[in-house]
Amino acid sequence: MSNTISFGAPQRMLAHRGGYTAIGLGIAIAVISAVMLLKDTRWIYLLVYVWFGVVYGLFLQYGRFCMASAVRDLFAVNVPRMAVGVMIATALFSIIAGLVTVSGYSTFHPHPFGWHIIIGGLVFGFGIVFTGGCASGSLYKSGEGNIGSMLVLVSISFSQAPFADLGSWSNRFVPESWTASALEKGMPEELSVTAGWFDQFITGDIWDLSGGTVGQALNSGNIWFDTFVGNTLLGAILPTLVLLAILYSVTYRKGYLRRNKLVAPAFADHLRGFWAMMTASKNTAIAGLGLGVFAGLHMWATGALREHYQIFNFGELLTSMGFNEGLSIQQTVFDPGYWYITTQEAQLGAWVMDGMGRDVMDNVFFGLENGIPNPLINAPLLMSLGIIVGAAILALIRHEFKWKVPNLETATFALVGGALMGIGARLGMGCNVGAFFAAVTNGDLTGWIFLAGMVLGGLLGVKAFALWMDRKSKGDEFDF
Amino acid sequence: MAIKFGKISDGEYELDVKGYVCPHPQMYTKKAMQKLDSGDVLHLNFDNPSSGESIIAMMESEGNELFERLDSNGSFYWKIRKG
Repeated sequence: MSNTISFGAPQRMLAHRGGYTAIGLGIAIAVISAVMLLKDTRWIYLLVYVWFGVVYGLFLQYGRFCMASAVRDLFAVNVPRMAVGVMIATALFSIIAGLVTVSGYSTFHPHPFGWHIIIGGLVFGFGIVFTGGCASGSLYKSGEGNIGSMLVLVSISFSQAPFADLGSWSNRFVPESWTASALEKGMPEELSVTAGWFDQFITGDIWDLSGGTVGQALNSGNIWFDTFVGNTLLGAILPTLVLLAILYSVTYRKGYLRRNKLVAPAFADHLRGFWAMMTASKNTAIAGLGLGVFAGLHMWATGALREHYQIFNFGELLTSMGFNEGLSIQQTVFDPGYWYITTQEAQLGAWVMDGMGRDVMDNVFFGLENGIPNPLINAPLLMSLGIIVGAAILALIRHEFKWKVPNLETATFALVGGALMGIGARLGMGCNVGAFFAAVTNGDLTGWIFLAGMVLGGLLGVKAFALWMDRKSKGDEFDF
Repeated sequence: MAIKFGKISDGEYELDVKGYVCPHPQMYTKKAMQKLDSGDVLHLNFDNPSSGESIIAMMESEGNELFERLDSNGSFYWKIRKG
């Protein structure tokens, strides 16, 4: 390769307009953080979300880390780069998550096991092919100035919120058993749980399902054994190694042997090939390492703060600080304590709808569980904003920030794909981060089921996209 | 803003996917490479950074050579020789 002009010498990386803007963004976060902490040190709880968000944004942009690409590029262009990166992050995060669990600071709750996971994954996986990014990928791409990705975020927000707040008209799609089971739960009247499909899906179906981690199933009485052998090794690392071996064998082996002129490869050659696949994209591998480590640290930091303030949920802290608006009837807000994306976007959509006069709190999702706090004090939502800002900082430094206005085709794909992502995430109880990444790394096997659905959806999405390309190129220069 | 692809001289083709995000740039690059003969060169214009990573991996895997690249202000101009 010759005549490469990239982002210049390190000492001059910041000495340009984008670099100054990046420094400005960094200073703005530092100043806002300092002011908030001077006003009330308890804001540290919210700021931890923001700071980890910025770090996630930096790593996501550095490694172009997008789980949509992991699934899509595998089928569309036979490139395993991102799938390998995701597996590296998964293995790493599972070790850190194990440490957090044995230290007693884990904030993770296993997901219920049921049909909804694979269907949610499938709908979500189909959508991400068209949006060009997964839930976190759309955030970091928004930070690169991609307005199409911002439309994806809008669509994810405004598809989830009405879906979680479906009215009585949707009762015709509700099985009687769900309604009966929902009634048995004795929920407060203001939640009107028998009015709407999603409420009855949650209270009449999901709440009747059970779930757990591999460690809980082992239940040996030794937390170290259950956590590191059960959750980390059996639940995360072993499946990760199996998937990596499949990726090597199906997508990388043939090209590696050809490039290295190996006609009769020995086992050692395959091991070298496997390592070459793992390190083929150093940026992606480093991002996988960084995300794995910091996602674990995030869970630990939030767990430690909960211990310090003697709380279970940020809503308690907000109440004690005098903020009562937008809290659920249990005085809680959405506060996962780790990397999560879609639920806070649903809250944003619902908060706007509430401002427009619609009652969005008469359901279990917002009214009982997550609330709709003002975006300025919605900690996970500010983590999402942190991801956008972190990605923008690095993109500006690397001369990669560029406002990109979508044309009609990409805008339509963004809106339709984003809506599918939003609905898929609500059905599957999370996105590629919450329902897959955070789950499998804590020994919750439902995450692998979500991934299976996402892979199937991604495969169907790539087929549909290829059909669209063929149809669109009839009679033009690509008609061959 | 439309995707442009065409022959610019003997053995030289140009693909312009500026303004498009994933998966357009990598999928159209893959399709364009099918049109080229061994030794032909593709001039590729795009402005979606993440597509670049996939295109590099795709070129390496298929034995094509990325022999010249100009990356500036979020725009990428690459020359790829088909192997």
